[in-house]
Amino acid sequence: MLSNIGNTLLFLNILLGISIIYYLFQSLKYNNNLISKNIYHICSLQSTFIIICFFTLITAFIISDFSIVTVYHNSHSLKPFFYKISGTWGNHEGSLLLWAIILTIFSFLFLLYSKSHSKNFRIYSLIVQNILILGFLFFLLFNSNPFSTILPVPKEGLGLNPILQDPALAIHPPLLYIGFVGSSIYFSAAIGSLLTNYNGKLFAKSIKNWVLISWSFQTLGILTGSIWAYYELGWGGFWFWDPVENASLLPWFAMTALLHSLMVLEKRNLFYFWVIILCLLTFILSVTGTFLVRSGILNSVHTFANDPSRGLYILVFLSLMIFGSVILLFNKFKKSNYNLNPNSKETFILVNNWFMIFYLITVLLGTVYPIFTEVLNNHKVSVGPPFYNSVIIPVVVLFLLFMSLGPHSQWIKDKFNNLNLIIKILTASILINFSIIFFFKSYSLLSNFIIISALFLIISSLRDLYNLFRMKRFDASRIVSHLAFGCLVLFIGLNHNFSLEKDFNLKLGEKKEFENYSVKFDHLQLKEFKNYKAVVGEFSINDSQKNLTQTLYPEIRIYQNPNTITYEASIRSGLLKDYYITMSNIDRSDYYNIKFQKKPFMIWIWISVIFISFGGFLRLFKNAKKTY
Amino acid sequence: MQKKLIKISILSFIIFIILVFFLSLNKTTIYDTKGLVGQKISNIKLDHFSKNSIITEKDLNNNQYTLINFWASWCGPCRDENSILLKLNKEKNLKILGINFKDNKKNAKNFLIELGNPYDYLAVDSLGKQSINFGIYGIPESILIDKDLVIIRKFIGPILKNDYEYIKSTIGKK
Amino acid sequence: MKIKLVIFFIIFNLSIVNAENSSLDPNNIFKNLRCLICQGQSVADSNSEFAQTIKLVVKDQIRSGKSEREIYDFLIEKYGEWIVYKPPLNKVNFLLWLLPYLTFVIGGVIIFLLFKKRVNS
Repeated sequence: MLSNIGNTLLFLNILLGISIIYYLFQSLKYNNNLISKNIYHICSLQSTFIIICFFTLITAFIISDFSIVTVYHNSHSLKPFFYKISGTWGNHEGSLLLWAIILTIFSFLFLLYSKSHSKNFRIYSLIVQNILILGFLFFLLFNSNPFSTILPVPKEGLGLNPILQDPALAIHPPLLYIGFVGSSIYFSAAIGSLLTNYNGKLFAKSIKNWVLISWSFQTLGILTGSIWAYYELGWGGFWFWDPVENASLLPWFAMTALLHSLMVLEKRNLFYFWVIILCLLTFILSVTGTFLVRSGILNSVHTFANDPSRGLYILVFLSLMIFGSVILLFNKFKKSNYNLNPNSKETFILVNNWFMIFYLITVLLGTVYPIFTEVLNNHKVSVGPPFYNSVIIPVVVLFLLFMSLGPHSQWIKDKFNNLNLIIKILTASILINFSIIFFFKSYSLLSNFIIISALFLIISSLRDLYNLFRMKRFDASRIVSHLAFGCLVLFIGLNHNFSLEKDFNLKLGEKKEFENYSVKFDHLQLKEFKNYKAVVGEFSINDSQKNLTQTLYPEIRIYQNPNTITYEASIRSGLLKDYYITMSNIDRSDYYNIKFQKKPFMIWIWISVIFISFGGFLRLFKNAKKTY
Repeated sequence: MQKKLIKISILSFIIFIILVFFLSLNKTTIYDTKGLVGQKISNIKLDHFSKNSIITEKDLNNNQYTLINFWASWCGPCRDENSILLKLNKEKNLKILGINFKDNKKNAKNFLIELGNPYDYLAVDSLGKQSINFGIYGIPESILIDKDLVIIRKFIGPILKNDYEYIKSTIGKK
Repeated sequence: MKIKLVIFFIIFNLSIVNAENSSLDPNNIFKNLRCLICQGQSVADSNSEFAQTIKLVVKDQIRSGKSEREIYDFLIEKYGEWIVYKPPLNKVNFLLWLLPYLTFVIGGVIIFLLFKKRVNS
């Protein structure tokens, strides 16, 4: 029954989508400046239907309706309620429904909130968006249908992978999709703008808030993914330059570049075609990322189940998008004269874009390079963290310095009378860096540069914040994000250099001592839970310097549905550092393999990213207050 | 004219990339070391299973062909390939070197008593460290080498019927 | 005077900087090796049979004085380039290492040219 409702709604939405496109084309012919009320009604119907459709699938998961294949493959009646719900989008078909719902809702919201803009621009933008919606609805209905049924109805489901049963992972897809699926709306708007030769400033105004929304949510989406990896995957890292992680980072680089260039377009009507390219690029990267992740061509810890037919469909869809955009761009491209002053804000924003494109190309190259060597040379190469770290980190040093200097320059022209101030801040950064080395421990030359430039950005931003509040102004969004970024780099740098990792084998009752720590294997217990059994180890960690003992309880969990073993890290998070232990059994031995890690400032890394995103939301609220 | 050239080259570049992605859809992503043939194995220093001696390259140089087989009593597929190894043992040109991997000696002996011992030489690698020298990453895994210790073929997983046919035809050639 | 102070601090800092550790940290090597039977995990992060064996062998090689480069070369010879996460610089891989920096340079050149236009106009 639920399956029929779901399928019907999907089919209806396809019809609605077609009719919206038809009516929009009709609307072009009328002379008036308004989009007819019909279209508003159909669009709201479209959104309503897709929301009901989504809730239908959620209901199927909640009541464990195993006649639906997706529920059967990904759920189990004993699964906790919260994870039954999040299991809806934790699989390929369900997540595509999430794609569809965001594409549709953003389309409707764009219609509602773009009333002050030219009718033709809005019409073409919505036509493109609805073509995208139709593309995904066809994919859903005919290839990856979340409502397809199975007979006879199984009595029980196959269960959701226990690693995916985690709160951070539950909200990760919705946040991330509002980010990169949301970028579809300015992809469509860019095409609409090209087709109608829309004014640059007005175009910037029309998509400004959409870019802010998608960027802020994308940041949070990436954050929750990292938090999940840290707490759940059991290796103590939060970023592995894994292809799936990279797929979420690539649109982020493009969005950040776009966010900055939009300012120039809006204020000075410069860089119009570059902004258009960035708008198109962001969503193209989003779909490319989806292709890479779901087609099965990349080897990753995070992959969904593989199916080349999905890959083929997405690839065709992606190719059409790319060709359409490129050919349109070729048609409409006009050379304009840029009067760039070397000392102006425009220049610094271009510098930001320059660095963002560099990061983007590096990560993109590293991710797809193995595909090329395999197809062309039949040769398999691995591209992992060492590559990305050695290429990107040195460049970040320079980037942080530009981030501090950029916001101070004026539009059009500026004098460099701040040299004194710069030297003061630089000296302060070097002093602080020197104190860290003196009081704690020294680190590599590159780390020195990173920490100094991060401190430079932090001090410079704090000073800006102080000046801002002194002038009784409160528009702190840019400062907050830049400050938070500086903090992020600082804490990552400190975390990397002051982390301690030790991998050793221990038997019950034994103790391992190293540096100022001792780890004792006190206890081993077997516990039974609702849907798994756990072997729980008790370890006491003693820090002889501070004479403190902490107890940690890593687990080996044996799940029945599906039949998997997971290793749960025991993490004690503190303000200054996290203690992290994983325990795994060694076959045919009494020994257990223990990985102990001390990781400073982990919490501050998460907090920094939250504040980066928070800056975006601050600016969004300020914009909304102004307009409404 | 120059504009046309730029446009064509950009479009061709995009077509090239999409083509590569399309072709990659058909490739498997499971890596194996089957392609690493033609190298020489060196530095062989294996502990004999029952005697107190060491098996080195010199022992293998006299054989026309040697099949090196990594196995263990706790490995299920090893039981399956045992019968084929027994058949191969009858071949005149071929000697089989078995390396018992991360195993308990008693269990290993019982395994051979129960299923039969196909090995001309029997070595032991209790910690598994020697296997790295042979490029082994899972068991069962076997390597066919000639008298110069050059790798002719790697067999990932148990030796199957078509592997048996391949070995027979290879060692049959002069 | 201020500039002298800054320079002094810079030199002071750099002289205290302790460059890379002289003894090899096995964990760094483990992080750079791929666990061949896992789905995208490094030897450092994996508890598989293969990972445990590799850890023993690498520790032995470090003890016998092998350099990091020698250990990687040894493993690449036995298992192929797929086992290391840092693609070695050779004919096949040089594009990977070259293109990012090339982009950086090209970007810089474009921005520079945009200035020149202004100066000339």
